[in-house]
Amino acid sequence: MELILFYLAAAISLGTTLMAITRTNAAHALIYFIISLLASAVIFFLVGAPFAAVLEVIVYAGAIMVLFVFVIMMLNLGEAGQRQEQAWLSLSAWIVPAILAAILLAEMVLVLSSSETPIPAQSVTPKQVGESLFGPYILAVEIASMLLLAGLVGAYHLGRRYLEETREDEGE
Amino acid sequence: MEIILALLKVFGVLIGAVLAAAVLTWYERRMLGLWQDRLGPNRVWFFGIGIVVADMLKMFFKDDWIPPFADKPIFVMAPAIMLGSIWMAFAVVPFAPGIHVIDLNVGLLFFMGMSSMAVYGVLLGGLSSNSKFALIGGLRSAAQMVSYEVFMGLSLMGVVMITGSFSLVKIVEAQGDLWFVVTQFLGFIVFMIAGIAESHRLPFDLPEAEQELVQGFHTEYSGMSFGMYMVGEYMGVVLVSVFITTIFFGGWLGPDFLAWTGIAWLSTVTDFFWFAVKAAFFISFFVLLRAAMPRPRYDQLMSLGWKIMLPLTLLNLVVTGYVLLMQT
Amino acid sequence: MLENIISQFRTLYGVCSHMFRRYAKRGPMYEVVGKKKLWETVQYPEEMPYLAPRFRGRIVLTRDPDGEERCVACNLCASVCPPDCIALQKTEADDGRWYPEFFRINFSRCMMCGLCEEACPTYAIQLTPEFEMGEYHRENLIYEKEHLLIDGQGKYPGYSFYNVAGKSIAGKDKGDGDGEAPPVDIHSLLP
Repeated sequence: MELILFYLAAAISLGTTLMAITRTNAAHALIYFIISLLASAVIFFLVGAPFAAVLEVIVYAGAIMVLFVFVIMMLNLGEAGQRQEQAWLSLSAWIVPAILAAILLAEMVLVLSSSETPIPAQSVTPKQVGESLFGPYILAVEIASMLLLAGLVGAYHLGRRYLEETREDEGE
Repeated sequence: MEIILALLKVFGVLIGAVLAAAVLTWYERRMLGLWQDRLGPNRVWFFGIGIVVADMLKMFFKDDWIPPFADKPIFVMAPAIMLGSIWMAFAVVPFAPGIHVIDLNVGLLFFMGMSSMAVYGVLLGGLSSNSKFALIGGLRSAAQMVSYEVFMGLSLMGVVMITGSFSLVKIVEAQGDLWFVVTQFLGFIVFMIAGIAESHRLPFDLPEAEQELVQGFHTEYSGMSFGMYMVGEYMGVVLVSVFITTIFFGGWLGPDFLAWTGIAWLSTVTDFFWFAVKAAFFISFFVLLRAAMPRPRYDQLMSLGWKIMLPLTLLNLVVTGYVLLMQT
Repeated sequence: MLENIISQFRTLYGVCSHMFRRYAKRGPMYEVVGKKKLWETVQYPEEMPYLAPRFRGRIVLTRDPDGEERCVACNLCASVCPPDCIALQKTEADDGRWYPEFFRINFSRCMMCGLCEEACPTYAIQLTPEFEMGEYHRENLIYEKEHLLIDGQGKYPGYSFYNVAGKSIAGKDKGDGDGEAPPVDIHSLLP
């Protein structure tokens, strides 16, 4: 039963990702990508990581993709954007990425066939995730938080300069 | 037998949520009338409760017009996303001991995830309508809901730290001695305000501010697809009230006033009674907010969120963690 | 900051307290129904709202004290009408009176502005405090003269245009009008 669900979710994930790549309408592509993320959340859930699954829904599908759609709405590309996408999707543009992806796929198949890593039987609780995040992986968490802080300061800096400029403009 | 019971619970929760939302449309109008010295709907049946049926019939038989300039598949899908995700979130709510569809050990996060999926209903509705009012409404709602989700999640983390679990049943059981509204008062305030913004109700209904945006993201919707948005919004109100009850006001906990009868299943009835009373109180409070509060400007809404709510939640988080560490 | 928060809660309390008020203290209904009511709503079909005599509602054509039509078909109302909903055609009776051959008001266009009443030199066209004119078919909103004409004199009883005007009609020659001097024989004034 779980195996069927797993393959179903995996098939949906793969199919929607393909659709996301090939769509010319940016909004449609994003929706396919959101469905792909949800499908991978279902896979996480099935292999016993409900915490990761829900975080995937909240963070990736619920926050980051919303911002993507937000930007699409702000740009309001319309027909012109679709035509440009169509032009970019020419056959010659496909070759190099396709070769690179094929190499990666071959590597992954090789690694997966050589090593037997069965799906862990027990489910990972949020507590375990937290303990491993602030135990062995503390350095990664700190680096990520530094990066986010840098992003925050950078955004503030950019926004402040813009604000000052507009204020000067208004002063004139 | 097990399967029948499970199906009964599932359909009970699904239909119960829609019924609550439907009755809420009438209840809200009556209460607004009471608070604003008006009458509200009072013609159809007793106290006008038949207006629910009348509205429903009207919605069903109205022409479901799809504008020719709209992005048709997304346009049709958007209200279903909104309604479906809010509906899904009801699955983790424990109404009484044993009366819940599923007790996920990440129940609270599931609610967060579903409420963040509900953004898409609004956002895609605004995007696919291809109209400027809908677009601005969708943009506003996206910014508003994404920012308020941050504080909504963070404000609940204090409760999670005290309970040590994301499971809603465990959270309710942990409030046997003291409701979390006492120990997590800041968290309650922030969750409440974020909940209003999340279900974009007045005073934070800027995505559909009718004075400036016609009807915001559902300007182009008509008939049943508009009805789905409306039911979704009212179900969102019920959902937020239900979660406030569960997380901060002890869920089903309350004096078992039917214990003298000695019938076992009556205790479940009283538990559900207390749950319903508390939830109804918060629903009424939401209606009162609508009756009394003017709508803030959009930049005021954003600065309230990022400049006041976020520091408050972080303060709450740090203080809760400190106190918990001191106790152990 | 604190003041603002407190003021929000005061607002909430104030609105909530309406629930427990015995009657509305302010507002128009307090004068009319006194202290019995909790709401300001007028329950319309059962409870009719008060309409002032000068309310601008359905348009009528009135008659003078003798029972003759006041309208002299001067076309002033039709020319002043903003949505152009009045149409009429002048004709003359044997006795010298002018009257409209037809008089038509399209109430689906009329906006009850009352300009026709102000323009009318003979007090013929008048607006009444009646507004329930709903119809299922739009054609039924086009009122002809027989629908518009009433038997009474409306708001200005006792006024008859031909009594005060210099126009001669059958039974009333020049100079017979109220306050009118006999006509002057201009030839006798020759030097």
